Formats: sequence, structure tokens, C-alpha cells
Amino acid sequence: MTRTLGKDLLGLEPLSTEQIRLILDTAEPFKEVSERQIKKVPALRGMTIVNLFFEASTRTRISFEFAEKRLSADTVNVGSSGSSVQKGETLVDTARNLEAMRINMVVIRHSASGAAHFLADRIESNVINAGDGTHEHPTQGLLDLLTLRDHFRTLEGRRVCIVGDVLHSRVARSNIWGLTKMGVEVAVCGPRSLLPKDIGEFGVRVFKRIDEAIEWAEALNVLRLQLERMQAGYIPSLREYNRVFGVTRERLERADHEVLIMHPGPMNRGVEIDSDVADGEQSVILDQVTNGVAVRMAVLYLLAGGRPDLADAAKGGSER
Amino acid sequence: MPPKNSVVLDARAVDRTLKRMADEIIELHNGTDDLILVGIQRRGVQLATRIVEAIREREKVEVPRGALDITLYRDDLQTVGPRPVVGPTDLPWNLEGKHVVIIDDVLYTGRTVRAALDELADFGRPARIALAVLVDRGGRELPIHADIVGKKIEVSPTDRVDVLVDELDGKDAVVVVPRDEGA
Repeated sequence: MTRTLGKDLLGLEPLSTEQIRLILDTAEPFKEVSERQIKKVPALRGMTIVNLFFEASTRTRISFEFAEKRLSADTVNVGSSGSSVQKGETLVDTARNLEAMRINMVVIRHSASGAAHFLADRIESNVINAGDGTHEHPTQGLLDLLTLRDHFRTLEGRRVCIVGDVLHSRVARSNIWGLTKMGVEVAVCGPRSLLPKDIGEFGVRVFKRIDEAIEWAEALNVLRLQLERMQAGYIPSLREYNRVFGVTRERLERADHEVLIMHPGPMNRGVEIDSDVADGEQSVILDQVTNGVAVRMAVLYLLAGGRPDLADAAKGGSER
Repeated sequence: MPPKNSVVLDARAVDRTLKRMADEIIELHNGTDDLILVGIQRRGVQLATRIVEAIREREKVEVPRGALDITLYRDDLQTVGPRPVVGPTDLPWNLEGKHVVIIDDVLYTGRTVRAALDELADFGRPARIALAVLVDRGGRELPIHADIVGKKIEVSPTDRVDVLVDELDGKDAVVVVPRDEGA
């Protein structure tokens, strides 16, 4: 049984069920740290972490930064504007220069799928993928799992439907891999043009109509519809999208059971989700944000100590 | 033949010892006013609960019992790796002006207590912090001593001292396990 994560967190696809459970279990006590008056523990004191965000992000970047600071790490934020990236420096050169300043970890958000892998293979520091292109966003997948587990107690056998632009969504991919590994039944629902052609290979159910999805699911994870998809011709219009696939109160009320509502943010109110659903009693959207900090603290903590060779050698001599 | 485990305290002796420790805690603090017992995860928490029960029987008062997990305050994350499971910390009171007694199962190097003191400081400023341990096995690496000791024993540094509690282990006992045992 694997009780460590290794050097990097690049996605949920390469993780085992045990590793995912380890992260979720480790996140539990970190929730309490954020409720303390002094929201800080010294676990990562002396570690230096660079947040390399080459793509716009508010929630994820701030969530990582809080997680790092609450573990007492020293952090530096680097964006693409105002840095050497603008002068055409390559990703590897940027990272190697940072590494020459003796950093310990890199958290990277990049528009190219595979950017985190690429970096992880080339630098010694731990690498955490904070979203790479349309590939994966593992900490989002993990915080979704934690929120579902909080609500349902257990994950095994639950039914979760991912709604919307699955084709371009790294959140959808991380969710599908994470959920299926934890024994959750997964479905997707969205316009044909926004579902991957090979969706059958993911082992998920496909609903053409949102009403069928709501009837089946215990939780909906509603994806953000990126507004530029309309210009690219994937959908006819936003109003049309809302009419056919929008998660509305009327639709939820027609179901014979309660459906938990999740959304990774930022929301387009009135497009993929209506305001009274987003702010309604079945919504756990803000719980997801709270859990995001705890899950990221858990990942940072586990990667920081992730030297299984030393861990095994030292076990005998340590106290208790 | 592997060396045998030796039982230092059996269930009845553990019970007797905890009751005596409860009396000593009350004596040390001239009563139970402002007293808070804080057990260190994991087995310190069960021991603290027992001492609370003993104080209730004797004094008819309910002393609050908190729990502290010091994992995130350890100084050896880089070398021993993360503990697989970090337990809950539960200290829902203002510690300002309180008399806190840290309860732990075994006092050895003192590093756990050092971490506990650091963590408590982040929760407030108690008037006094005392330390009560069921077993003191010597071998300190820091200038730390216990105010109340259930049983002091001399063991080789390679031996392990296990405190078993009914709630987690099915019985109460203190056992010395020689290094080779179960390897």
C-alpha cells in the first residue's frame, strides 16, 4: 500500500485509490487549523515555494497561497506579465533560474497541457499542477472529492454527474479520474459538441438531457461555460445553452430527491447555473472553496516530507 | 528465541497509577479551579479522559479535557516524513489564565513536549502549564521534566515502551518491547 505521494502531484490519473484517500484523510485536521485564531502551524517552516501562474487565476492562486502561509512556508508569486516570460524566456529556463535560488517547490498553472509534467521531469523541486491546459487540475478534483465525502460520509456507490463543457475542462478530467478511483458512479451531460469524442473510454455514463441527469444524480458538478466557446461555434448562443443545459430551480424541483450542487468557479450566473441554485440550500459551492485550502495544505505537507527512503530508515529511531 | 516483552504495569496498576496522578494534579494546583487537561494524540487523550473521570469521582467536578496533535509542530518532518494521519486538535477554550496540564503516555526525548508547548502558545497564554506522564523512561534530549510521573523506569535506548489503552488496544497495560520483537 502506498502511503506517500512521491515527488510531484501532476494529476489524479496516476494516483492510486490509497494515495487519494491519504490526501483526503490528511486534509481533515487541516480544516481545523483554518478555524483557529492563529491560523498557522510551523510544519513547512523554512521551505520556499514559488507559485508560477502563467494563466489568470484568483481562487486557485489565493487558495494555494493561504495553504502555504498557514503551513509557515515562504512564498513567491510569479506571473507571466511583468516577468522574463514576457521577454521570451522558456518555462525550463524560468524554473531552473528559480531553482538556482534554492527553492523547494513549484506550483504551476499553465495554458499548455503537460506543462507540469514537462517541468517535473526537468527540475529537482516538487512540482504541483495547479491546472495545465485542458489536461488536469488535481487539487480541484481533490477538493471536490472532499466536499462530496463531507456531505455523503462515503464516496463508494454515489452518483455524480458533471455538466457542461467537458471537452475543454481539466476540472472534468481530474474529477472523472478521481471519482471513478474512489468508486463513485460518474456521468457527464452537455452538448454533443462539448463532450470528448472518446468519452466512452472514460467509463462514464452520458446523458443527452439535463433532466435525465438530475433524475439520476445525487450531486451535479456544474462546469463553467467559457464564453469564448460561443465565438468558436461550439454552441449557438448563451441563452440557448441556458435553456437546454442550464441548472435551474424548476429543473431541480422536478426531481424526486435532493441534488447537491457544486461548481468550480468562477460562475456565469444565468448561463450554466441560475443564481437561486448557486445560492440555494443544496449548494456547497463555498464549502468547496473552504475545503480547497485544507486539501492544498495536505498536498503540500505530504510532498514536503515525501522522502520515503528516509522515512523508513528513521522510523525505528523516532519517538512514539 | 526472541527476547520477551515485559509488563511494567498491568490493568489494575494502570488504574491505580492514574488515580494517584489525578490526586497529585489536584494537589499541585490546590484544587480544580481553572484547570484544563490536554491529552496528546493519541494515547494521551484516553489517559486524560481517565484522569478527568477520577477527578469527577473524587471532587464531584468536571474538568475540561482537550486534545492536541503535535504532528504539525514536529521538528523532523524532513527526516522522518509526514505522519500518515494527523489526528484532531480540540481546544475550544480560551487558555488565558488557565492552568493547563499536558497529559502524555511516555516521556522520552522531550521533543513531543517541546512541540506541545509551541502549539499551546499559539492557542493562548495559560497562567501555568504542567506536565503529567504515565511513564518516564529517561533518555531526555531537551531540558524538560515532568511535574507528575506515574511510573519511572530504566530501559535500554533500543527498547520500546508501549502504553496500551482499552479504547484503542483492547486492554490497559504498559509493556517494554525489546528491539528485535516483531521485526
